[in-house]
Amino acid sequence: MYDAGKILIGLIIFLAFATYPFYSNMGKAVAKPEPKLDTPVIQKMEVKKCVESKEFMRAEHMQLLNQWRDAALRRGERLYKASDGRTIQISFQNQCLKCHSNKKKFCDECHSYAAVKPYCWDCHFAPKEAKR
Amino acid sequence: MGALLSFFVVIVLVLIALVGVKGAGLYALFGIVIPYAAVTTFILGVILRVIKWSRSPVPFHIPTTCGQEKSLPWIKYNKLESPAGTLGVIGRMALEVLFFRSLFRNLKTELRDGPKLVYGSNKWLWLAGLAFHWSFLIVLIRHLRFFTHPVPAFVNMIDSLDGFLQIGSPHLLMTGVVLLLAVTYLFLRRVFIPQVRYISLPADYLPLFLIIGIATSGILMRYFYKVDIIKVKELTLGLATLNPEVPAGIGVIFYVHLFLISSLFAYFPFSKLMHMGGVFLSPTRNLANNSRMKRHVNPWNYPVKVHTYEEYEEEFRDKMKNAGIPVEKE
Amino acid sequence: MAKPTKPPKPEELVKIDYNPPEKPWMEVPVEFKPGTFCYGTRPKYLEEVGLPNPREWSPTDDDWKLPSDWKDTVINGIGERLKKYRSFQLFMDICVRCGACADKCHFFIGSGDPKNMPVLRAELMRSVYRKYFSLGGKLLGNLAGARELTFDVFKEWWYYFYQCTECRRCSVFCPYGIDTAEITMMARELFNLLGCNTDWIAGPVANCYRKGNHLGLEPHTITSNIEFMLDDIEEITGIKIEPTFNRKGAEILFVTPSGDLFGDPGTYTCMGYLMLFHELGLDYTWSTYASEGGNFGFFTSMEMAKRLNYKIYAEAKRLGVKWILGGECGHMWRVVHQYMDTWNGPADFLEEPVSPITGTKFENAKTTKMVHIAEFTADLIRHGKLKLDPSRNDHLKVTYHDSCNTSRGMGILEEPRYILKNVCNHFHEMPEDTIREKTFCCGSGTGLNAGENMELRMRGGFPRANAVKHVRDSHGVNMLANICAIDRATLSALMQYWVPDVEVCGVHELLGNALVMTGEKERETDLRLEPLPGKEEDEDV
Repeated sequence: MYDAGKILIGLIIFLAFATYPFYSNMGKAVAKPEPKLDTPVIQKMEVKKCVESKEFMRAEHMQLLNQWRDAALRRGERLYKASDGRTIQISFQNQCLKCHSNKKKFCDECHSYAAVKPYCWDCHFAPKEAKR
Repeated sequence: MGALLSFFVVIVLVLIALVGVKGAGLYALFGIVIPYAAVTTFILGVILRVIKWSRSPVPFHIPTTCGQEKSLPWIKYNKLESPAGTLGVIGRMALEVLFFRSLFRNLKTELRDGPKLVYGSNKWLWLAGLAFHWSFLIVLIRHLRFFTHPVPAFVNMIDSLDGFLQIGSPHLLMTGVVLLLAVTYLFLRRVFIPQVRYISLPADYLPLFLIIGIATSGILMRYFYKVDIIKVKELTLGLATLNPEVPAGIGVIFYVHLFLISSLFAYFPFSKLMHMGGVFLSPTRNLANNSRMKRHVNPWNYPVKVHTYEEYEEEFRDKMKNAGIPVEKE
Repeated sequence: MAKPTKPPKPEELVKIDYNPPEKPWMEVPVEFKPGTFCYGTRPKYLEEVGLPNPREWSPTDDDWKLPSDWKDTVINGIGERLKKYRSFQLFMDICVRCGACADKCHFFIGSGDPKNMPVLRAELMRSVYRKYFSLGGKLLGNLAGARELTFDVFKEWWYYFYQCTECRRCSVFCPYGIDTAEITMMARELFNLLGCNTDWIAGPVANCYRKGNHLGLEPHTITSNIEFMLDDIEEITGIKIEPTFNRKGAEILFVTPSGDLFGDPGTYTCMGYLMLFHELGLDYTWSTYASEGGNFGFFTSMEMAKRLNYKIYAEAKRLGVKWILGGECGHMWRVVHQYMDTWNGPADFLEEPVSPITGTKFENAKTTKMVHIAEFTADLIRHGKLKLDPSRNDHLKVTYHDSCNTSRGMGILEEPRYILKNVCNHFHEMPEDTIREKTFCCGSGTGLNAGENMELRMRGGFPRANAVKHVRDSHGVNMLANICAIDRATLSALMQYWVPDVEVCGVHELLGNALVMTGEKERETDLRLEPLPGKEEDEDV
């Protein structure tokens, strides 16, 4: 008794699982995310600089936002000392979204690429974006 | 000894990745060539090993019966532990594969004064084993978000369930922690239970250390030494769509993580980890207890030399006749 | 041959150290401790059945007189078996050494020897498998847990694979169902390629092959042994029974282990069968040719097992019976249930078994066409076909020992219990973790029931005996019932050693006690000719 048929079915199932990433993407062209920085506010800025460096913000923005939330809402601290010495008013709405008013073209661009669902918008309103 | 050796091997693997990427800048080798080679080895290796197994037949019908057989209609038989049909076997196998039924039975035997043998329930191995395997599976599924676009809904759902505690940002994913704790327990019991230490081979520690290394580098990467996740996905999605490219600027810890995973994948088919496939083929579990109802055929059954009745009667005819036993030839 | 050594006293024997030695197991050489192994087989037994390398030898000799190419024989033997048995191939590959099996083996519990942990017993073989059959083992050797096959390794195998009773308890607890029995069977096949069987197994094999049964009872001895029992039955019941032998045209062929024909308490069980069949007026016959249900070939090699098993179907065919009824035996039923039809079937010359008394179709035996007597009797009781007086067993407080093979290789758990509960008033189960699928071996199965390895047997039987002691102390149990001829012989010795006031019986002995037979006189004694409860006074005269 070899049960070759059943083993074959098992192997096909294994293969289906193991190669899922390959065939599920077949023929799909995936555009790389390109977050846009061309909001009116940013364009008007003389020194185009965020709270921290670009590299830091790319990797750590979620942690910074979390710290800001805890500082402002739980401890009532409204000032953030940036690493370059600037003191910055802690406010998601009035700092972050002031420049990055283009949620779809900025936040969502990467978040949906990496399948991340931040819960910022559970409380905050998304900025109103001009329809093109 | 075995533990130290395996630990050393994993440290060397980490160093290879560090030196190879950071020192020699072999991004394409560690980001593309090795992962492809590892996955190919894994898939082909598993298939070839299962085919090798399948070429040996199951000559006899040998389920280990763990409950009442199906016999008289008024005797309740145990459909899962001693299944008489395919459905029961499927149930038994499902319990075994999904919930580690046999390990759940585990007992601890203790000899006390008297002398008295006492059997205590001992479910820690079962619990840790189950926690380990299930969280590993969920972690694997979660990682599909790096290999698919758009990411399927079930992956997103598992991800948000896994992080539903909403601790910190990025969300703490429970399975990562459970995986690390469970695998650490499995390692510690190997070291601290004298009998288990005695039977352990380097090949028992190696996968544990590899997985500890993989989980640790993954957790470090997510929460502490963050890498640019977008670039990581560009790399991984490139692998999945067969358009591999290595974006510049991904932290070296990612390559360590990837190299350890590649090592595990490549090692898998040649190791005891093949119990993943083997559990399905185990003839003591996957056969129905119906061997008196349904004939099991042995493909290599061959004629054997036997002692026939004629030979027997020839030898004992007189004695049989004297004892009044009927014979064929007077 | 060395004289059998007496086992140490129970108080001494129970001082068991479970801590493994400092040295890794591969560096601990095997030591043949007196009382823990069987004699090597005499050449005549091998010659009688045509097995290779017959010669005088002893396991304690420095030279086992193996052929010069013995190593090739073993390695090729392994290779051949890996291709023939998926179980063997798989169980060599997939063990993760989790250790769940370690303290499940009665020999480990009773000896503390780490090589008696099922996982390590299997590793004895796996280490060699890796060296010759796996890439890692070939390249990395010791680092991959591989080792050369040497004579010392071969001796170690011999010592420890004759310390496994193929009871399958480890397989119940293994998450992959790895069954050490499968590995032990392969090891024993390899030993038999080189003439290294034990005397206690090879002897019964030779006997069974030529004379039809393990004990070597010749036809006239079988009939006269049964006549002795018939005399006792007549004395007890006043009824004269006249069974038939080798009768053509009978409806049923009855096959039981020859242990039931020779020596108590097996004979009492046999008297139970005889009385039951007589009372039913069953149209059945005994056979002197197929006079063995058990199969010591099963402890030798699959081929030998098949050669011995052949007689049952052959005799059923020659006599023209409709179906076969099998007596109480352990490994006999593993063989009948899981192997017989595959080896020597299809039994298309027989009919699907139907009880002539109740009309019950034994659908679970419809292809093998052999019914277990406990199934047969339970069906009779259920249909009210037997008149029973359980009070005749009131002097007995009974517990039931599930035999390894019938519980884990067949699954007959409820039928014997049902019979027991109907034929006696005092029945108590042993602790849950020591019965049914978790039952403990008697410690002497698979041909280890010799005299020279008594210490090993008492060690292996310790967990079973300890559970009996528990119910003796808590419920006053004094009778250990079972459905296995080897149990009836070996548990008696085991009880004498560990729990001296408990006796051993077959289920059908108690049935024989309780069975109210048509025309019987008032019974004064049980089948052991001991006075029944309330009849003791007569003895004092």
